[in-house]
Amino acid sequence: MTLWEVDLHPRPGFVDRRALDALAQARDVGVGGTISVRSAHGYLLEGELTSEQVESAARRLLCDPVVEQPVIGRSGDETLVALPAERHDAETTNGATLVQILPKPGVTDAVAETALRSLQDLGLPIEEVRTVRKYWLFGLGEADARRFATKALANESIEQIVTGPLALESLHVGSHYPFNKVVVRMLGANPERLDRISRDGQLSLTREEMLTIQAHYRDAGRDPTDVELETIAQTWSEHCSHKTLKGRIRYRDERGERLFDNMLRETIFEATQQVRRDLGDKDWCVSVFKDNAGVVTFAEEAHVTIKVETHNRPSAIEPYGGANTGLGGVIRDTLGTGLGAKPIASTDVFCFAPPDMAPEDVPPGALHPRRIMNGVVAGVRDYGNRMGIPTVNGALFFDRRYVGNPLVFCGSVGLLPKDKAFKSVEAGDLIVAIGGRTGRDGIHGATFSSVELTSESETVSSGAVQIGHAVTEKMAMDVLLAARDRGLFRAVTDCGAGGFSSAVGEMGEELGAEVHLDRAPLKYAGLSYAEIWISEAQERMVFAVPPEKWEEMRGLCESEGVEATVLGTFEATGRLRLFYNGAEVGDLSMKFLHDGRPPIVREATYSPPAPSTPTLKHPLSKSERFDADLLAILASPNVASKESIIRQYDHEVLAGSVIKPLVGAHNDGPSDAAVIRPILSSRRGLVVACGMNPRLGDFDAYWMAASGIDEAVRNCVAVGADPNKIALLDNFCWGRIDRPETLGSLVRAALACQDLSVAWKTPFISGKDSLNNEFRYDGSDGPTTLVIPPTLLITALGQVENVARCVTMDLKKPGNAIYLVGRTWPETAGSHFHLVRGIDGGLVPQVRTAEALATFQAVHRAIDAGLVRSCHDLSEGGLAVALAESAFAGGFGVEADLDEAIARGLAPGEYDADQKSASEALGPVATILFAESNSRFLMEVAPDKESAFRDALGDVACFRIGAVTDGSQVTVRANGETCVDASLAELKEAWQKPLRF
Amino acid sequence: MARPRVLILRAPGTNCDEETAYAFEVAGAESRRMHVLELLRSPASLHEYQILCIPGGFSFGDDIGAGKVFAGRLQQHLGEELARFRDADKLTLGICNGFQTLIKSGMLTTDKGSPLVEDETPDATLFWNDSGRYEDRWVNVASCGDRCVFLRGIERMYLPIAHAEGKFVARDERTLEELESSGRLALRYVDERCDPKSDVCYPCNPNGSQSNVAGLCDESGRIFGLMPHPERHLDPTNHPRWTRGEAGETGDGLALFVNAVRYFG
Repeated sequence: MTLWEVDLHPRPGFVDRRALDALAQARDVGVGGTISVRSAHGYLLEGELTSEQVESAARRLLCDPVVEQPVIGRSGDETLVALPAERHDAETTNGATLVQILPKPGVTDAVAETALRSLQDLGLPIEEVRTVRKYWLFGLGEADARRFATKALANESIEQIVTGPLALESLHVGSHYPFNKVVVRMLGANPERLDRISRDGQLSLTREEMLTIQAHYRDAGRDPTDVELETIAQTWSEHCSHKTLKGRIRYRDERGERLFDNMLRETIFEATQQVRRDLGDKDWCVSVFKDNAGVVTFAEEAHVTIKVETHNRPSAIEPYGGANTGLGGVIRDTLGTGLGAKPIASTDVFCFAPPDMAPEDVPPGALHPRRIMNGVVAGVRDYGNRMGIPTVNGALFFDRRYVGNPLVFCGSVGLLPKDKAFKSVEAGDLIVAIGGRTGRDGIHGATFSSVELTSESETVSSGAVQIGHAVTEKMAMDVLLAARDRGLFRAVTDCGAGGFSSAVGEMGEELGAEVHLDRAPLKYAGLSYAEIWISEAQERMVFAVPPEKWEEMRGLCESEGVEATVLGTFEATGRLRLFYNGAEVGDLSMKFLHDGRPPIVREATYSPPAPSTPTLKHPLSKSERFDADLLAILASPNVASKESIIRQYDHEVLAGSVIKPLVGAHNDGPSDAAVIRPILSSRRGLVVACGMNPRLGDFDAYWMAASGIDEAVRNCVAVGADPNKIALLDNFCWGRIDRPETLGSLVRAALACQDLSVAWKTPFISGKDSLNNEFRYDGSDGPTTLVIPPTLLITALGQVENVARCVTMDLKKPGNAIYLVGRTWPETAGSHFHLVRGIDGGLVPQVRTAEALATFQAVHRAIDAGLVRSCHDLSEGGLAVALAESAFAGGFGVEADLDEAIARGLAPGEYDADQKSASEALGPVATILFAESNSRFLMEVAPDKESAFRDALGDVACFRIGAVTDGSQVTVRANGETCVDASLAELKEAWQKPLRF
Repeated sequence: MARPRVLILRAPGTNCDEETAYAFEVAGAESRRMHVLELLRSPASLHEYQILCIPGGFSFGDDIGAGKVFAGRLQQHLGEELARFRDADKLTLGICNGFQTLIKSGMLTTDKGSPLVEDETPDATLFWNDSGRYEDRWVNVASCGDRCVFLRGIERMYLPIAHAEGKFVARDERTLEELESSGRLALRYVDERCDPKSDVCYPCNPNGSQSNVAGLCDESGRIFGLMPHPERHLDPTNHPRWTRGEAGETGDGLALFVNAVRYFG
C-alpha cells in the first residue's frame, strides 16, 4: 500500500493565509523575530492508488484550481520537502526548515474524514486520509524551528510536529484488542493501597469513598471489575454529582453558624420552590434543576429551555478544542432536554488573563493568554457557526489570576414543544446510540475536570482533550428533532462527561439496564470494554426506543447518513449489567451507584474584609477634570469593544435577530442584551443577558453575587424584558473548596442568590459549578499556586410580548431629554475608576432589593408604553461610561449637568463611622460619574413624552441630567464647572482600539 | 395563481433551510426541505418542482473548501437532471453556502446549466475573505444589469453577510471581463453612493471580491447565487437600525423571493 500526498499551495498572486496567521500568532506570543514563512496544506492518502488516480483526486475534489496549485508525490518524496521553485522570492533566500504538523493518531480530523468519504464516493480506492499543515521557516535552524512550532503553530496535546520529511508508512490507527476481564483486587487493600488505586486509575475518588466501595464489595463477596470501579468514579465525580455543594456544609460568618444538609437545595433550589409557591397558579416554571436544562413557559406552542456549562480545564490545555467541545456539549444538553429541544441561541462568556501580558510573566506550563483567547474564540466560532445556532450574547472578563486556569462558559437556549417536555423510560426499551463513533478521546474527562490543573496537566491529561466535529452533531440534531416529531423514542440524553457510563446510568437509574459494549461502533479497533464505556467521544446521543419503533428510527437515521446502534435494553432489574462478547464484565446495583456515596461534611467560613477608606494618591480638586479617567476606563479590556470577536460569530442565523449584540448608527455600539424572535410567525421575543463582576468578590462574595444578578436582570429590562418573567442560571467557578474560607465565600454567594431570587420572584432554573480552579507550577520561589477569583456568572433569560416595543442603547435624536434613573450610592470598591486610578478600598456596591424591583418595574412600564427612545444600563464605569457609549453609538453629542442628580440622587446610606469615612473619600462628582451602584439606567425621552415618562416612573428616583445634541462632544458639568468634555471620535477610538482585529 | 413548488435541498451541515423555506412560503410558494441523499435516490423527483434552492450553512462542514464536497456530489450524480431543470425554464438559487456550491460545481460559469465534467476547470471561485476570517455584518448591495430573473425591479438591498469564504475571484482578467460584459456579475457590494460600478472598499465590500461581486448568474439568468442572506431580512425588526426608524415595512430580502414566485405567475 502506498502513502500518497497532495499538497496545495496558493497560486502566485494569492495570499498565503496560513503563513500570515503563523506570523501573527508568533508576534502575539513573542517568538520568531524577523523570519519568513511559506505554507501549504496537504492530504495524505493511503490506498492502492495509481498516480493518475491521485491526480484525479486532487483535480476533482481537493484542489480549487482558481486559487491553488497542487504538488503530488509519494510521501517523503523530495518534491514534497522543498518549497516549489515558483514560490521563492527575495525573502526566501536563506535556508529553510520544513515543519509539518499532523493531528495525532486518533484525534478527530474532520477534514480528513470528509475527504475520505468524498473520495470514496468518486470511486477511488482510498482507505485512510490524514491532513497535514506544512511550513517552510526561513532563517530558523531546526531547534529554533521546533520551538517556534511549539509556541505558535501547533498544540502538542493533540498534534505532532515533524521537522524535515515525513517518515510515515501508514495512517492506520488501532490494534487488536485481546479481550481480558480485569478485576481490581481491593477487598484486602489497606487505606494507602486504596489511595494508590484511585490515583493510578485517575479515579479521583477520596479515601472515604474508596472505603465505602470496599465495604460494598466485601458484602458482595468479590472484588470489583475495572469497569465497575470506573462507573462509580464517574458517577460520584464532582463534575457529575456536585457532591460538595449538594453535600453537608457547616458554614460560619459574622452572623453566626448554619448547618446545611444539602447546601444548594437549601439555598438556590429552595428559593425557586418558594417563588413557585408564591406565584401559585401563575407559576411559569416547567422543569427546574432536573433535566439537562431548565424549562419555562414561553409561547402558545412551545416552552423555552436554557443551560450554561463550563469547560475550563480542557480549554486551558487546548483552547480551540476545549471551547469547541464546550459549546458542542451544552448544545447536546439542549437536545437532551425533555424529548429534545431545538437549539435557537448560544451564549459565551470567557475569563482570561490580560491579552497583553508579557510572555515572560506567563508561568511554565500555561499557554499565553492571547493564544488562549484566540483559540477559544475560534473554537466557539467554528462550532456555533457550523451548527447554525446564533451566538447572540457574551462577555469577556480579564484578570491576571486566570492565567493558568481560564474560564469558558458556554450556554444554549432551546425551544421545546409543549407536549415534548417530559421523558420516561420503560422496561424493554432499547438503548440506542446515535451520532459520532466511540474512540479513546476524552477518557477521564469527568474525573479530570474535578481536580486542579498543574504545569504537568498538559502531558498527563491529553487523553481528556478533544476536538469537536460540528457537522456530526448537526446531523444527529436533524435526526433527533425529526424522530421527536414522529414520536420514535421515549427518552433521550446526551453523552457528556462520563460517556455511555453517565448517559445510560442516568437514564436507567430507576429501572436498570443491560449493555453490550462490543456493539458500540468504534473509530478504530483496540479499545477495551472499559474504555468504550467511559469514553467521552463527542457528538453522541442516547435514546430509549420502544422496540416497535426501532425499524422506523433506524430507517430515519439511515436516510440522513447517521449511524444508529442498539447497545442493549433497559430492564427492571435495578442493576446495571455490562457485557462484552457475551461475557459479563460488570454488574452494579443502581441504588449503590446513585445513592451509595458517603456524605461529605465540609467546613466553610466567611469573614468579610473590614471596610477601608479609599486611598487616593492625589486628592481630587474641586474642579477636577475626568476626561482621562473616562478614556482609560473605556480602553480597559473589560469595557472595550468586543466587536472583533462578535463579528466572527454568526449572530443572525435562523433569521430571528431583533436586537443584535452591536447596535447604533454604525452598528457598533454595545447592546445591553440580545433579543431574538425564535418563532418566525410570531412577535414574541426572548432576551438573553448576563452579569458577572469578579472584582467585587475581593470585597464581599454576597454583594458580588447580588451585583451579578442585578446586572443580568437590568440588562434584560433595559431592552424591554418584563421583570416579572426573568429566569436565572448560576455558574459557580471557584478555587479549592477544601479550604474553609474558599467554600465559605461560595456559600455566601449562594445565600445572595437565594435572597434576590425570592425578593424579585426571579427563579433560578438551572446551574452548574466548577470547583478546584487552581493552577500549580514550580515558580522561581518554589511551588506556587494561582487561585482564580471566585467567579459567579449569572445568565438571565427574559421575555417580551411584542418585539416591536424593544429599545436599544444608542441615542436617537437631538433635543431629546436624558434621564438618570435610580439612586447612586457612595460605594465604589472594585469600580473601574478605582482600577484606572490605582485606588484600593472603599465600600462594596450593594443591592437594595425593594427599590431595585420598583425601578425595574417602572422602567419596564415606560418602555412598554413606548415612552423611551433609548435605554442603557449603568455598569462598569458607571454613568460616565454609559453616557459616552450611548452618545458614540448614536452618533450624537450630549450636554449634561449633574447638579440635580448630586443633590437628590446621591443616597446618603446608613453607614457606621468607618464606612462613612470610606464613603466620602471620592466626593460627590467622581461618585455620581463613576460609582457602579446597581439598579440604574440611562434613558432618552422625546420632549413630548417627558410628562408621561415621569408619570410612568412614579416614585422611582429619576433626574433629567441633560439632552441629546447634534454636536460631537460629550460635555458634563457639575457645580458650574466642566468635569468631562471629550469628542465622540476620541471616546469611540479609545473604546474600539484595544481589542480591534 | 398556483403556488410554485420549491425544493430546499439540504446536505449534512446545511443550516439555513428552515428560514429559507419560510421566506419562500411568505412569498407565496410551497416549500419542501429535502436531504440530498433522498434526492440522489430518485433524481427525477427534481422535476416535480419549479424552484431549486440550495440554502446557507456549512455543507459537509465546508471541509476541504466551502461548498466543495456538495458541488462534487452534484457533479457526480445530478449533472443531467440539473441541466434539464434549467432548460425547462425553471429557477435555481444558491444562498451563501448554496452560492459556493453552485460556483464550485461550475453551474454558474459554464453555459450548459449543468455542473462541469471532470476535466473542466471552473472560471471563478469564492475564496477566503481578505480579512482571513469569518465575518457577520450588514452590507448594501445593488443589482447590475437585468439579466438575473431574481433581481428584476430590485435596485438595492440591505442584507447581512456571514461567511469566511466569500471573495469572488475569476480565473483571469479575460474571464472577469467576459462575465462583466455578459451581465452575469448581477449583484455588487456598494457604499452609500450606491453605484454598482464604483470602487468600494472594506467593510462595504466585506471580503475583497473582485469587481465587488456579491452575486453571479448564469447565461440564462435563471441560475443565481449570492453571498448575502436575503432570508435574514424579511421582517423590519431584522434591520440592525430598526429602532432608529430606518427599516421599511417589510425587509429588503423578501422582494427576491417574491420575484422567484412571480416568475411562475
